[in-house]
Formats: sequence, structure tokens, C-alpha cells
Amino acid sequence: MQWTEFIVFTVLFLLVTVLGFFAAKWKQGDTLEHLDEWGLGGRKFGSWITWFLVGGDLYTAYTFVAVPALMFGAGAMGFFALPYTVILYPIVFLPLVRMWSVSRVHGYVTPADFVRGRYGSHWLALIIAVTGIVATMPYIALQLVGLEAVLRTMGLNGSGILGHLPLFVAFVVLALYTYQSGLRAPALIAFVKDTLIYLVIIVAVIYLPSKFGGWGEIFGDAQAKFDATPAPADGTLLNANNQLQYATLALGSALALFLYPHSLTGILASRGRKVIKRNMVALPAYSLLLGLLALLGYVAISAGVKPITNQATGRPDTNTIVPVLFGQEFPSWFAGIAFAAIGIGALVPAAIMSIAAANLWTRNIYKEYVKKDATPAQEAKQAKLASLVVKFGAVAFILFIDPQFSIDLQLIGGVMILQTLPAVAIALYTRWFHVWGMIAGWVVGMGWGMYLLYTIPNAAAGKNHFGGSALALDKLSLLGWHPFGGSTVQIYVGFVSLVANIVVAVVVTLIARKARVFNGTDQTAPADYHVDEDSPRVKAIAGH
Amino acid sequence: MPSAPQTSGLRWSNWNLLLLVPLLMLITPFFNIAKPAVLGLPFFYWYQFAFVPVGVLCVGLVFIKTKDEPVEHGADHLAVDDLDAGDPKKGKR
Repeated sequence: MQWTEFIVFTVLFLLVTVLGFFAAKWKQGDTLEHLDEWGLGGRKFGSWITWFLVGGDLYTAYTFVAVPALMFGAGAMGFFALPYTVILYPIVFLPLVRMWSVSRVHGYVTPADFVRGRYGSHWLALIIAVTGIVATMPYIALQLVGLEAVLRTMGLNGSGILGHLPLFVAFVVLALYTYQSGLRAPALIAFVKDTLIYLVIIVAVIYLPSKFGGWGEIFGDAQAKFDATPAPADGTLLNANNQLQYATLALGSALALFLYPHSLTGILASRGRKVIKRNMVALPAYSLLLGLLALLGYVAISAGVKPITNQATGRPDTNTIVPVLFGQEFPSWFAGIAFAAIGIGALVPAAIMSIAAANLWTRNIYKEYVKKDATPAQEAKQAKLASLVVKFGAVAFILFIDPQFSIDLQLIGGVMILQTLPAVAIALYTRWFHVWGMIAGWVVGMGWGMYLLYTIPNAAAGKNHFGGSALALDKLSLLGWHPFGGSTVQIYVGFVSLVANIVVAVVVTLIARKARVFNGTDQTAPADYHVDEDSPRVKAIAGH
Repeated sequence: MPSAPQTSGLRWSNWNLLLLVPLLMLITPFFNIAKPAVLGLPFFYWYQFAFVPVGVLCVGLVFIKTKDEPVEHGADHLAVDDLDAGDPKKGKR
């Protein structure tokens, strides 16, 4: 047991707990009993709050432990996180402000609300909502994996169910203040989280490399390690087979990120278009941080870090390498701060994700199918309860099912959420796609994507299925025809399935248009997509 | 919706093309090499780090140059007047 670390961690954890409960009173609206308030923080966050909130939301604890772990294990491939988070902002810059404007005019709270309004189809909206919830759940569970990696490094590494107790306590606290304060809780905590993360990473990338003879030495050590392993795919550079995977994974992940409901929640909570645009310019500061953090995976190689064996599963957990590196190389008080940074880093996204999933449930399932005449107060109540269910569902995932399962599901979740791109993102620009085209495209993209993921083995992890997202082109088969037979070049499954999705959507759209099938009613007007905060046409907050 | 003023649903500025520049990062053969190294970082790594400011610059320029697109009156001539008001990093609020 590492007491100094544990005490620093606990003090900081208690601080954010107080902040979490206090947040209910922060920038208070007229009532918390409305989704605009509980679920979107009153739709009035300015540039700074949004920067911390969205930064805290996108760059999660899991990212902070998993990306260096991937570099530690596989080398250059893990660095895809940097191009992913750099190309992200230019891609989403224009669509996001359109999404904000149309949502502000019509009071949309979720992406599925938008789809409902744009196409007048509650079935398409249901598909989008369910995809969002299913893709988000394992993501929440993964935040727990990040938090647990820290707790186990501090010595709270018990076996069996009891070993998960600290995690459970931390999550009950989180669930309670999210229930009470809604989105304001993670928004306020994000200030603490991001400040700590910046502090820790900057100290780490300045202090640690000099300790091991500079970056030149560190890259030499890493290359020596990769040369010594039998696996041909690792190394400090990409090889002929994984370059396409690198590029398509970065692109696919960038396209997927703002389709996740929790990312959009942060955007819809902002006050206006300028706030969003400014943030698209300022958020890459976090990408820089993530790139530097990724390199710590190599520093861990030089430092001879050995991943901790998870007593609950009996396997070494590579996600512990960054916490172990900090524990080994920093004085214990600073290691405590570093652990708190990662731990609190898990709470912020977990809270936002559970709120986003709860909003989807409430708006697009509960209100649509269970209680059509629900009042705003009843909606808020339902969402609060749903956020509890979602969080305890995530804890149950970790407690009773192998954490590896959440990692697999998260992989699947990325491929799934990409399938909502035509309905959520392309629909912001055009209604050319027919509603049946998008449903058919979703079915094909989803089915094929799941099937391809199922067929990918991972020899290193001893798995026959769901062994990763890199598909050898040789295995790509169109009803038995192998267009790239014999090729060992790899590609991201999500990219392949998205292409299939769009092709099918185009074909079915052409048929449906030819047959003059009804394509739903559009509630939105072209001008809605350009409305800003000062327009008289925006909906009153918490007033509908 | 009858109350909506009749403006076009899409607005285009040639500055938007700048948003495509960061996508050059996806062409891995350009940079999948070790030399020249800077501060011990192989080319592969520092080249990609260099794209962070490139991305910021491109998005920032588009932001500044297309500032006044929004809202219903949507006049384009305002763009020139507001040029210095909008350093996107500082933020006025």
C-alpha cells in the first residue's frame, strides 16, 4: 500500500466530490427539473467552460492509459491517436455549428432528436438512439478500467469482487452528484481534471526523458525491444502492412468521435456558434498533450516498467504501465497528483457519457414510446434515474464480466457509431438520402462490420474473434469474391463498413425515389442551420 | 416553416478549402521515415507533431475569414470589418 499517494489521491477526490455537489448551484437556472438544465447545463457555457468540458470529455482517462499502453506494446501504430485528434477539428468545424443552430431553434437535446425532426421518422431516430446508447455503455465501463488501473497501482489490488470495492465506492459518489447536479458537475470538475492533467504531463515530458538519456536513447531502447520480439508488426515506424490501417483508423475515429452522443452533449451545452468555433481552434492543445503522453509508452520501455498483474483476472494489465511509470519515477506526493489526474479524468467523461445516454433514453425511447405526454419535469426525473441505471450497468460490466469484454465492446462501439454518419452528419447538409436508404445502409454496415470484427483473430492475445479492428484486405470478401486476394495490407473495419453503408444507402435511395416512396416530413428550414444565440428564433431555455 | 426567412441552406466560402490541408497527415508514405531526427525524435513523430499548429492555423483562418456568416440577415460585407476583432484564441468573453 502506497500511503502518500493514496492520501493525496483521496484529498483531491474529496475536493472534486464537494465541487460535484456544489455544481447544482453554479450558474443556476430557474429550475433543474428540465433536460435543458440538468442534461445541458442551461445551454449557456462560454468558451472557457466548453474548452474544459469538451476537452475533459473527449480526452478520457482510458485514452490516457490505453494510448501509451498501445505504444508500449505495438509501437508506431499507437501514435494514430495524434493524426486522429488533429484532423478531427477541421472535419467537424462546419457540421458542428450547423448542428448547434438547428438544435437551438428546435430544442433538440440528442442527435436522435435531430434525426426525428429532419426526417419525421421515429424509427430512424430509434435506431440512432439505440446505436448511441449501446456504443456509449462500454465506453463508460472503460473509464472504470482507467480508474481501476490507478487504484491497483496504489496498492488497492485485492482479488475477487472485494478487489473492486474501491472502484465501486468511487462510482457511487460520482453517480450521486451527477444525479443531483447534471451536466454542471462534470463541467466544474473538468477544470480540476484538466489542470492536473496538463501539470502532470508537462512535468513528465520534461523531467522523464532527461532521466533516461534523452529522446534519442529512448527511441533506441524502444526499437531494440521491438526488434527482439517475434511479432513482425511492431516497431517505431509503420511497415508496409499497417500504413493503410493507420490512416483509415485515424480518419474513421475522427469521423466517429462527434457522432458519439456524449461529444455532442458538450457542444449543445455551449452558448453560441462562436464558442464552438473558438474551441475548434483551441482544443488541439489537448491533442498535443495526447501525442506527448503517447511517447511516455516508450519512456516506460526505457524505465523497464513491468505491468501489474490484475488480481481479479490474474493477467498482466498493460493499462497500468503509465501509472506504474509515474509511481516508479516520481516522488510519491507527485505520483499521488498524477494518479488523481487520471482518476478524476475517468469521472468527467463517465458523468457526461451517462448523461448523454440518459438523454437519449428519455427523449427518444421513453417519451416516444412509453409516455408520450411526459412533462419536462418528468423527462428530467426519468433522465436522472436513467443516468443511475447506466452507471451501475457499467460497474456491473467490470464487476461480473471480464474487463477485456468492455475493451472488445468499445472496439465494436466505434464501428457501430460510424454507421450513424449518414443520418446524423450528412443529413445536416442534405435530405438527398431517403429514410429507407439510410435504414438499409445502417443494417448492412452494422451487420457486415460486426461480422468482419468477429472474423479477426489475435494470436498474441490468444483470441480467435474480436482480436482487433485491423482487417487484412485478403480477407475482404464480397459474397465469396475476394477483390484483394493475397494482400496482407490491413484496413480499419469501421471504414470498410461505412463505405458499404453509404453504397447501400445510395442504391436504396435511388430505388425509393424512383418508386416515389414517402420520405418523411422535414420540420427544419434551411435558415435554421445558421441561427445564432442572439436570434429571436432560438427556443427559450427550459421553456418548452 | 413559414416564419423562416428565405436564405439558402448552404453557404460556401473558398476559405473552407483550407480545412482539407490537415488531411495530408493521412498520407503515411510522406513521413514514415526515421531521418532527419529532431531532439532525438524520428521524423515520423515530429512531422506529425508539426501538424498540430498547421491544423490550428487552418481552422483559425477559416474561423476568422468566415466570421459573419451566421444569423438571418447574413450579409457578407461585414467580414472585412470584423477581421481584427476575432483572435480565436483570446476570446472576448
